Formats: sequence, C-alpha cells, structure tokens
Amino acid sequence: MGFEKFLFYLFAAILVFAALRVITVRNPVHAALFLVLAFFNSAVLWLLLEAEFLAIVLVLVYVGAVMVLFLFVVMMLDVNVAPMREGFIHYLPVGIVIGLIMVLEMGLVVGSDFFDADHFAAVAAHPADFSDTKELGGLLYTQYVLPFELAAVILLVAIVAAISLTLRRRPGTKHQAPAQQVLVRSQDRVRLVQVDSEEKQ
Amino acid sequence: MFEAFQNALGVFPESLQTFIVIAVKIVAILVPLLLAVAYLTFAERKIIGFIQVRIGPNRVGPNGWLQPIADAVKLMFKEIILPSGANRFLFLTSPVLAIAPAMAAWAVIPFGDGMVLADVDAGLLYLLALTSLGVYGVIIAGWASNSKYAFLGAMRSAAQMISYEIAMGFALVGVLMGAGSLNLNDIVQAQSGSFLHWYWLPMLPLFMVYFISGVAETNRAPFDLAEGESEIVAGFHVEYSGMTFAVFFLAEYANMILISALTATMFLGGWLSPFQGVPVLEQAFAFVPGLVWFGLKTSIFLFIYLWLRATFPRYRYDQVMRLGWKVLIPVTIVWIFVLGAAIYGGLGPWFD
Repeated sequence: MGFEKFLFYLFAAILVFAALRVITVRNPVHAALFLVLAFFNSAVLWLLLEAEFLAIVLVLVYVGAVMVLFLFVVMMLDVNVAPMREGFIHYLPVGIVIGLIMVLEMGLVVGSDFFDADHFAAVAAHPADFSDTKELGGLLYTQYVLPFELAAVILLVAIVAAISLTLRRRPGTKHQAPAQQVLVRSQDRVRLVQVDSEEKQ
Repeated sequence: MFEAFQNALGVFPESLQTFIVIAVKIVAILVPLLLAVAYLTFAERKIIGFIQVRIGPNRVGPNGWLQPIADAVKLMFKEIILPSGANRFLFLTSPVLAIAPAMAAWAVIPFGDGMVLADVDAGLLYLLALTSLGVYGVIIAGWASNSKYAFLGAMRSAAQMISYEIAMGFALVGVLMGAGSLNLNDIVQAQSGSFLHWYWLPMLPLFMVYFISGVAETNRAPFDLAEGESEIVAGFHVEYSGMTFAVFFLAEYANMILISALTATMFLGGWLSPFQGVPVLEQAFAFVPGLVWFGLKTSIFLFIYLWLRATFPRYRYDQVMRLGWKVLIPVTIVWIFVLGAAIYGGLGPWFD
C-alpha cells in the first residue's frame, strides 16, 4: 500500500467519522464544528486528486465563510434540543422509508456498471508546474461561459431576494446619514457673535 | 556550515532527508517569527510611548530590552483559570485554532528570490483560505467561555471579519490580474523594474483598501471592536489567563506581521530592492540581500499599525460595517474594472 493510499484511507476515515458525528452529536455547536472537520477532510481528498484550486476554494468558501455564519446563527439561537426530539417515534417510519430509498439509489448508482472504474481513464499525474487554476479558468470562460454567467445571474437574483426579504425600515430609529454629515458647513451651524465689552459706568 | 549540514544529512535515508530539511526550514521561519512577535510588543509600547511623550518600558534590562522576555516568563507561570460552565475542550482548543493559521500562512511567503518553504501554484488562494480560518479561534473562544462579554466580542468580530474578507479578497483579485499568477514569487517578479513598477502605484486604491481591511481583519485599533475595553471588557478573551491568553496575544501579533508582510509582497515589491533601475544607487546597494528589503518594507506597515493605534479612536460598530460594505467594497469593484481596462490596453510600464 503506497503512502498516497494510506493518506486517502486516513482522511476518508476521518471524513466519515466527522460526518457521522454531525448527525449524532447532541450539541448543535459541536455538530457545526464536526461539519467543518468534514469539509476539511474532503478538501484534503481533493488535494490528493490534484484539484488544488477546488480544494482551497472549498476551505475558503465553506469553512471560511459559510460555516462561520452557520456557527454564528447556531450560537445565537440557543437551540433547545428536547422539544425537537419529541416526535421521534412518530416520524420514524417515514424516516426509515426515505433512508432505505436513498440507500437503494446509492447502491444502484455505485454498484452499476456505468460508474465502473474501467469506464474512466485513470487520473493522469501532472508535472509540478501544471496550474489547474489556469486550466479551470480557461474552461470556465470559454467552453462553459454561458452556464457560468447563468449561475452568476441566479446568484444575483438570490442576493437581491434575500436583501429585499430582510430589509425593513423601522420608524423611530436614529439613523445617521453620512452623506448629509459630510455636507455640513460650519456657516450653517455656528453663528459667531461679536459682543462688544461694555465700559464700566 | 551548509556543507557540513549536508554531509550529516547523508546518514539518513532519502525520504527522511526531505523531512528533516523541511523541518529545519520551518524552524528557521517560526523562531525568528516568534522573536519578532515578542519584540513587536516591545516596539509597540516604546513607539506609542514616544508618540505620547513618555519613555515606555525601561526597567528590565538595558533600555527595557528584556521586557518581552519578562512578560513571557510571567505569562507562562500564571494560573490558567477554567470558568465554570465553560466547554473545557473547546476553551483550550480555540487559542490553538487562532495561532495555527497565522503561522501556517508563512509557508508560501517568499523571503527572497525563490526563498520560500512551499512554492505552491495557488499561493494567494491558500493565504486567503488560511487567513479566513483565524476567525474560528475567536468565535469558539467566545462561545466556550460561557460569558456574555466574551460572546458579544465573538459575534462582533465574526461579523467584522466576514465583511472585511470580501474587500480583502477583491483587492487581491486586482493583484492577481496584474501579475497573471497566484504564485507569490511570480507576483513579486512581475513587479520588478523600479519602485515605480511596484503595484502600489497602479493599484493605489486597492493597496489602501487591502491595508485597511488587514487592520480590520486582525482586530486592531481603530477596528478593535472585538476587544472594546470600554464596552465589553476585553471581548472574546476576557476569561483567558496565563498561557492561553498569551497564545491569543501571539496570534494577534503574528497576524499583524503576516498582513504587513503580505502588503509588502503584493504592493511594495516584496524582496525587490527599491533602488532597482536607479543608476548609481542600484550598484551601491547591490550587496544588500532581498531578505533585508523585505524586512524593512514589512516594518513600515508594522509601524503604521502602531501609529494608527496611537492616533485614532475606536470606530462605532455600525460605522465599521458601513465602511466595509459601502465604501471599501465599491472602491475595489470600480478599480478592478479600471485595472481590467488598463491591462487590456497594455498600459505601461506595468502591464505592457
């Protein structure tokens, strides 16, 4: 067993363990942190596939931004776990059915001939100066430029929708208007009055 | 000495040799870094002292030179207090989470031509990813302390770091557009010519935005809302004492040095000599190694850090958010378009 294989199994094992802990651990903050660990280990697996750009972006976007906001919300909410467990027995049959369907589907996909290893060429090892960032950029901006732009537009719509849903103007709050603050002139605010001193009579 | 080292290495098997070489390089980066952190705290107290017309620490050793050592020894021997109701594991892990990214980021920084621990292709991206991880130490510390002041500080700093990361990332987009590479060594090479070829000039707004967001990202004055002594005591590390506090402190100063080094690398030509292309001075200063120039440029930004702290009052929270979202991000977006036009048009002497 090569060193690379050993690394793969090591990080894959940690990934599976972390993913399991995400759904079994009681404390929601711990669950979010295990999710962070899972992201990290999948990034390492991508690195082993020589997809360093995607691996680093996974860490940058998911670990560095998305999960921070997740943690932010989970910590603020102070989730009470007990009421969420109440309907456990009630929902169990449905859950089992859905779980079985998913296992079946995954079995069909993974076990089918279509995804057999001999259908795909082995990943070619690239020389040290190979830049997958450049490759990816080249593909994104030439061959896949339309899907890429489309994804950008959809994201923009999502941003606008999220902002318009949460934007509310509350009356009575004491906002500052920086533009008006900048426009203030001393002549409008301060009046210098010359008061002559009076002579003693 | 170097040859003796190589001969001694020959004793070990090949795979172990690479391991030892890398370990030695890591030590050669981290030991000076930690010393720099220690003396940065001393420099801070001295410089702010002089700005405020006082002497600063001058009791321990000649002129107070041993003050950081005394501070370190004091912190090491202090008791580490675990607050009641704190999450023990996370409480003790978070200082490590704070300092690890600050140190790991140094792996891709070039100290001279090719003098870099890991010459990775996506170096800039790696730096962005690692600096975005520093926030975990802060928020986990705030949550695990089981204290409302710590928690408030953590929330503030999480929101602040997320916001300024965007402006920081956009500023770096400009740099990578100009250099056409994510590798830091290539970025420095792309700036060679003279000090007018450095990116501070064509990317002046991005340069300012980058450094301002860097100050915000490291939670330093005037953006130190995460600490805010007057409002939330000391923010996220209010419950930490002794060595656990010291590690947070180290992380903050290591991050300051990192941001300064990055600004120097990306906008002031890294290890390039400032006299490059100047007729007489270039030969006169040719003997100075790039490492010295790099250190000097980094020190300029460190000094600005301290200068800012001694000069400006703390921002209010909503003003910080306004500055980040409504001023810095639009500035970067506009300048990226300008840069795109300049690069397309081959504007000299930078992009021809």
